[in-house]
Amino acid sequence: MHGHLEKELKHLQEKLVEMAACAETSVRLAIQAFKERNLELAMRVRNQDQLLDEYEIAIDDLAVQILLRAPLASDLRFVMAAMKISQNLERIGDEAAKIAKRARDLSLEPPASIDIDLSNIVDPATEMLHNALNAFIMRDPKLARTTLPVDQQVDAIHKAIRHRLIEHMKNHPEEIPQCLDILTTAKCLERIADHATNICEDVVYMCEAQDIRHQPKPHTTPKENAI
Amino acid sequence: MRALNRLHDLQPNARVTGQVRLFGDDIYAPKADPTLLRRRIGMVFQKSNPFPHMSIEENVLIGLRLTGVKNRAFLKERLEQALKMAALWDEVKDRLHASATSLSGGQQQRLCIARAIAVEPEVLLMDEPASALDPIATAKIEDLIQDLKQQFTIVIVTHNMQQAARASDYTAFFYMGELIEFGPTKDIFTKPKNKKTEDYITGRFG
Repeated sequence: MHGHLEKELKHLQEKLVEMAACAETSVRLAIQAFKERNLELAMRVRNQDQLLDEYEIAIDDLAVQILLRAPLASDLRFVMAAMKISQNLERIGDEAAKIAKRARDLSLEPPASIDIDLSNIVDPATEMLHNALNAFIMRDPKLARTTLPVDQQVDAIHKAIRHRLIEHMKNHPEEIPQCLDILTTAKCLERIADHATNICEDVVYMCEAQDIRHQPKPHTTPKENAI
Repeated sequence: MRALNRLHDLQPNARVTGQVRLFGDDIYAPKADPTLLRRRIGMVFQKSNPFPHMSIEENVLIGLRLTGVKNRAFLKERLEQALKMAALWDEVKDRLHASATSLSGGQQQRLCIARAIAVEPEVLLMDEPASALDPIATAKIEDLIQDLKQQFTIVIVTHNMQQAARASDYTAFFYMGELIEFGPTKDIFTKPKNKKTEDYITGRFG
């Protein structure tokens, strides 16, 4: 293989792995900030978000440099996937920043009387993200494929949380600000799972040259009793 | 490529197995006439090879004249048509009697294409038609291929992967004289089935 191209592809992979770790940390910190109402952690998420923005630009720059060499077959698919994955990681950073902002706002409000265990959505969403990133790093399309169905669970849980919060807001209008913060956070986690889905689909394309986007999904029922 | 217009016939001791069918006709059938065949299958070579002692016009019309066409109005019409199809007319219409060698390399190659298509072949074989040209002349030839493919089947040999990806609808990958893989160009260059194809086009062997 051409030495320079190989070096640049390796460099691109390394940068993406760094960015992936940064995005995952960002989500972890944001959730911790939310749970602990920790302002300092929330600020750290904002810094991470800036870092992710810089990674996205650097990765696009690297990818364009590689595309100038007109890579083909698996190399071409890797570069295409890399550009899309970096965009998804940047958006995951944005979602984490939004969660951190809600954490900051919630820290200024009295706690809401509703008892919602957000770990029901935090756990599958963060697990999805973790598996999607591992699938990319290990170039493991099987892991990517087995991760994909979890998104439907996350969607269902989000829907159930939303429903419960709306009912609670109707009965406790004084808690609307706090409920909206919780609702936004749940939505952010649902979006993070969507981005993880995109990453899994990109991994399958990268490894198997199969475009599995926008395929009909099997029907699932919301797990409302899990909330 | 030589197998497709029987240029192998010119090699002493050449032997042929298998069949090449042109719209159903076996071109190696005992009754097949190689001269007639080469009229049906035109060829453009790597290095432009206009007849140096002939004018631009004579170069384009030589094929028709050799087959006995004498009607001047017809020849004039075909001359203009072939040069227009080869995207050369506007550049040479005022100097049709100038020597073919007065043209630039890229123009000479387009002249050879005009010469090949003047006899209205069914297939056009192109053996690395742009490998000796600069990027602008190469782009003109590639544009021309896109236009001509509406009317002719074009078989182009190239070692330039990007050119193959840009110029063709289907790609056949040959290695050491053996056909390794054939398929739609988009598939060959994004998801080849054969590992040899993948390794070759990504530069991992060869």
